Amino acid sequence: MAESITTDAPAPADDHHGHEEQSFWSKYIFSTDHKMIAMQYMFTGIAMAMIGGFMAYAFRMQLAFPGIDVPGFGIVTPANYNALVTNHGAIMIFWVAMPVLIAAFGNYLIPLMCGCDDMVFPKINRLSYQIFLLSAVVLLTSFFVEGGGFGGAWTAYPPLSAKAEYSLTPLGSTIWLVAVALEFVAFLLGGINFITTAMNSRAPGMKLYDIPIVVWMIVIASILFLVSVGPLIAGAIMLLFDQNLGTAFFDPARGGDPILWQHLFWFFGHPEVYVVLLPALGITAEIITVFARKKLFGYRTVLHTTIATGVLSFTVWAHHQFIAGVDPRMAHVFTLTTLLISVPIAEMMFVYIATLYGGSIRLTTPMLWGLAFIAEFLIGGVTGIFLGASGADIYFHDTYFVLAHFHYTFFPIAIIGTYAGLTYWFPKMFGRMMNDRLGKIHFWGTIIPFNFIFIPLFLVGMGGQHRRIYDYSHFPELAVPWMQDIRVLATSALLVMISFQLVFFYNFIVSLRRGEKAGKNPWKANTLEWTTESPPPHGNWKELPTVYRGPYEYSLPDREDDYWPQNEPN
Amino acid sequence: MIESLVPAASTYAWEIDALFELVFWLVGFWFIACEGMFFWLIFKFKAKDGQRAQHITGDEKHLHRWISIPHMLVLVCDIFILGAAVKVWYDIKQDLPPAESIVRIVGQQWTWTFVHPGPDNVLDTADDIYKVNELHLEKDVLYHYKLEAVDVLHDFSVPVFRLKQDAIPGRVITGWFEPNLEGEFDVQCAEICGIGHGLMAARVFITSPEKHAAWMASESPLALAANIPSQGIGEE
Repeated sequence: MAESITTDAPAPADDHHGHEEQSFWSKYIFSTDHKMIAMQYMFTGIAMAMIGGFMAYAFRMQLAFPGIDVPGFGIVTPANYNALVTNHGAIMIFWVAMPVLIAAFGNYLIPLMCGCDDMVFPKINRLSYQIFLLSAVVLLTSFFVEGGGFGGAWTAYPPLSAKAEYSLTPLGSTIWLVAVALEFVAFLLGGINFITTAMNSRAPGMKLYDIPIVVWMIVIASILFLVSVGPLIAGAIMLLFDQNLGTAFFDPARGGDPILWQHLFWFFGHPEVYVVLLPALGITAEIITVFARKKLFGYRTVLHTTIATGVLSFTVWAHHQFIAGVDPRMAHVFTLTTLLISVPIAEMMFVYIATLYGGSIRLTTPMLWGLAFIAEFLIGGVTGIFLGASGADIYFHDTYFVLAHFHYTFFPIAIIGTYAGLTYWFPKMFGRMMNDRLGKIHFWGTIIPFNFIFIPLFLVGMGGQHRRIYDYSHFPELAVPWMQDIRVLATSALLVMISFQLVFFYNFIVSLRRGEKAGKNPWKANTLEWTTESPPPHGNWKELPTVYRGPYEYSLPDREDDYWPQNEPN
Repeated sequence: MIESLVPAASTYAWEIDALFELVFWLVGFWFIACEGMFFWLIFKFKAKDGQRAQHITGDEKHLHRWISIPHMLVLVCDIFILGAAVKVWYDIKQDLPPAESIVRIVGQQWTWTFVHPGPDNVLDTADDIYKVNELHLEKDVLYHYKLEAVDVLHDFSVPVFRLKQDAIPGRVITGWFEPNLEGEFDVQCAEICGIGHGLMAARVFITSPEKHAAWMASESPLALAANIPSQGIGEE
């Protein structure tokens, strides 16, 4: 971190080298320590994931057994159903994937991997979390107001989202939008910190090509977010005005245009996919190199393709709008860009797979998660081609094929990526090892049911089953027995998957107290976070490290050890 | 492949099915190749006692080929898919063959209203036939549709036609289809439109020219009006 903050008149909360006892409040609640803020983001994100998962449980039960009194929820009415699917999507993306993958891992890893004692702007960092927490509270209140939570899908297309007489949620839709806008503010503040810290406060000797890939990925994701979010914040304000002040930005009867919202939303919404994807890819890169004891197969290739993907991601948004009534000639351009983006992503997947070649692969729990990310994300990637091809999208748009496709991207990102990162850095975060056996039980208990949920949903999607329908009995061709059997199968698999998460929480809590002591570097990894104590003290190092080489120098033939930490002099 | 799950009932349904199959085989090849290589590498290079990993940077020419050549091939596959996708899209959404008949489709929370042109085959005349949630079509006739929405976005979706099109308030969107299979099929609303979205179901009835003419005769407002006096309304 910038030395000025630690040497020039430090505020008490920022003094990373002070050893005085901190009060509970300044240590856990109003902390400016990046590691504590990371934990706050992590646990808030996990709590929100439980809420989002509970929503999935409720609406999947309704789909499998229409009209059932869902244990723990009750009868799912059509209004409930819409609110559940809307908020499940919004929560999992904005309140789980974003806080956990970017904010939690970004906060935890960037100072530790760059070799500095904290973020450049610790107080902005604290403010970022506080606004995020506020946004989560605001979102949750929307369920308890008159009319209930917003049910116009997480994409919130007007006119449905703009007028209470259409949505029937006069307060819910406004509160929902305010929550989303607050969440964006929180991540803008966080993103500024990530970029500045990684660019300005690296350890002496750490050149741009010596930065670990996960840090690069989080920085690039933050840049994508900063650049893309502006139009959506503007759109959100316009929609708030339409809802409450009688403006008509999106009201065709008074000269507005509902399609404008779709452009603003997806101009943000598509880069957003890469905003959450990149950190998960970065986490995977760290894990597969450590556990294959291999240098990444082309560090620069990965970095350059990531940047290419980021740039291209701004040119593909209208593939969400092929059949939305935009000029049909425009579809050709967006089909071209969408298919093009498969090229850098395929390149990246090839690099990851090639990294395994010649390795000495240890199938620890974090490695299983890292490998599963590649195996499962590939399914999400290849099924995207069907949807990016404009002609085929005419049929597949808004079917369960789309739903299964993006769950094969977002589940590897948000769930597999998180478990990969958590199991890998748990020893650093808490100083103890997690139980590997329980970790593997949890892994298989998650991955197998996951595929049983979503592979069948590709099939019903091909069968023409459209999305966001609370009961298919009104559609004779979708109410046939084989489709209902598939809905029951998917729901059953979800129940199995949810129950296996208890294994993780048990393992997590027991390992916190009774796990084997980890020591500084249990995985024999190269990056800087493994050169300090586990868990790192306030201020991270007694003496800040100096860097002599890149992060992936594993298995050099002329060295005795098969790893070579970045801070070890030649 | 799609046809084994959903019948094809429009002249362009086969194009989408064929495009799906083209993508399926191209993408399927890459998927199997990647996953196969991936699992093979995991088993082949599983850690063994006393054996070290190799130091490979990824810059070695003879090794980098394993990435750069597949990379080029992916690009070639993309070009094939792009060409096919553009062709199918052009035929269905951009090109507008001359109409033999016309229907107006109006979405509103939460029903579909279909306006059939009646015996004179012209919309907005006295013999138009209004039906709620029932679309009656003649087999092998090329229809233009005029798609409208009253309140929020809806989406006119007929899986057997492989057709979807959003309906937008304030706009009239013109498109086409030509049914080529007799039968009765689902019409969906495929864009969330409020709490009744799941109820917004309609049916399309595709019949032979004779049956369609008979239906038109029985439903035409003129025919219905002729029956009104005998039902007593006109006598008051």
